[in-house]
Amino acid sequence: MDFAFMRDTFFTLIGGVPLTLNLAFTSVALGAVLAMLLALMRMSGVRALDWPAQAYVFVFRGTPLLVQIFLIYYGLGQFRPTLQAWGLWTFFREPYWCAVFALTLNTAAYASEIIRGGLQAVPYNQVEAARACGMSGFLLFRRIIFPIAVRQALPAYGSEIILMVKATSLASVITMMEVTGLAAKLISQTFRAVEVFVVAGLIYLILNFIITRIIMAIEWWLSPHLRRPPSVEPRLEAAHV
Amino acid sequence: MSNGVASLSSQPALAEGVPAVSVQNLRKSFGSLEVLKGVSLSAKEGDVISILGASGSGKSTMLRCINMLEVPDSGEIRIGGEAIGLKKGRRGMEPADQRQVDRIRSRVAMVFQSFNLWSHMTILENVIEAPVHVQKRPKAECIAEAEELLKKVGIVDKRNQYPSHLSGGQQQRAAIARALAMHPKVMLFDEPTSALDPELVGEVLRVMRSLAEEGRTMLVVTHEMGFARDVSNRVVFLHKGVVEEEGAPAEVFGAPKSERFKQFISSHR
Repeated sequence: MDFAFMRDTFFTLIGGVPLTLNLAFTSVALGAVLAMLLALMRMSGVRALDWPAQAYVFVFRGTPLLVQIFLIYYGLGQFRPTLQAWGLWTFFREPYWCAVFALTLNTAAYASEIIRGGLQAVPYNQVEAARACGMSGFLLFRRIIFPIAVRQALPAYGSEIILMVKATSLASVITMMEVTGLAAKLISQTFRAVEVFVVAGLIYLILNFIITRIIMAIEWWLSPHLRRPPSVEPRLEAAHV
Repeated sequence: MSNGVASLSSQPALAEGVPAVSVQNLRKSFGSLEVLKGVSLSAKEGDVISILGASGSGKSTMLRCINMLEVPDSGEIRIGGEAIGLKKGRRGMEPADQRQVDRIRSRVAMVFQSFNLWSHMTILENVIEAPVHVQKRPKAECIAEAEELLKKVGIVDKRNQYPSHLSGGQQQRAAIARALAMHPKVMLFDEPTSALDPELVGEVLRVMRSLAEEGRTMLVVTHEMGFARDVSNRVVFLHKGVVEEEGAPAEVFGAPKSERFKQFISSHR
């Protein structure tokens, strides 16, 4: 192992971190919106909404992300005249947008199942209490159902975010120079695969370590009700009923 | 003790003779099981009605129909003279106007057997939630009032804790404070002490007794014979979906007319 070389490699690959994070967070953010929509479709009880959502999840969860990326990047090129006519070509011409598109579609399928699980785990008696107070529709969803569901779904969603950070490495196959793309390029110049990939792996490890900590902090912040109560609170007034 | 809070419920009094709650010929089936077979009930303002009955007699279902947590198959429910509109939906009856139901629910507070506090909110947040977000009252005013209410039920020192940190009795008192915060015209209690350890029942019953003494209109489904006898001014005994016995506690407990009710009282001594 050549440590001086590895140090240089580290500083080269660090240059890909912004793109790696950009791809991961753009697609997680867009994917979350789509996932919420899909979860609500699945829970709507309306067959015409439920079935398309189920089919979507089946297809995007059941096929490899790499295949989806290839299909979008290379496959859509065959329909260039149509896409040009629709004004979508400027979008699909860019490998960046193809990667974001594929990652978004993919994560939405997984995340919709996570969100659905979280929504279904909301205790019915708390929903009923809200209804009994006159809440319904969006107010009930916003104030009671969603906040409880988020707390249920967050641990699983954290894993999904980490999976997405790693999945961005696949964007390197469509010319994206994120961490893995830079690593592959460096190997083709130096033929030192072990050092370069060890460093690349290390960078993903550091990124995911930080992300894990952030998610843990959010979980901690959202769940004071699951921790022991603050030991002693000053007793303000005795019961006098 | 009560003046600070009682003066806050500033609803116009009902016109003479209009019952606070009236239930006419209520019917409800779950599948092939008919739980309510034509129940009628009327509560004047200030009435405290205990609804007794064995499990499966339909008493909780009747209570839940009053604020539309269960939608009756037929019959009429009036709150303060206003009939709740029903229409035929795809799966049986449904409320004709959700906004009317929401409005009525915000005036008919419910206390549940298993408290049903919102687990992600502190006790104070639980109490101010509906006043702030449903009734759209100013938050500062709601907080001040919530603290008064929590003082009244004896758990103001728990206001920044979460429901999971409280005992069952404390949670139920918090749930009562949450119900009171909406200035309800009518309060429904669905077996409020049935999920509590025996030594915690007393603290909840004491709060309920003080509410009755303030003159609040209360419908209480309960197994607490002491409460029915001493606190309520009317007792309704349901059996297999019909009202089997009804009257002032002294009458019905002193000289029960129905054989079923005799058996029921003797088994609950």
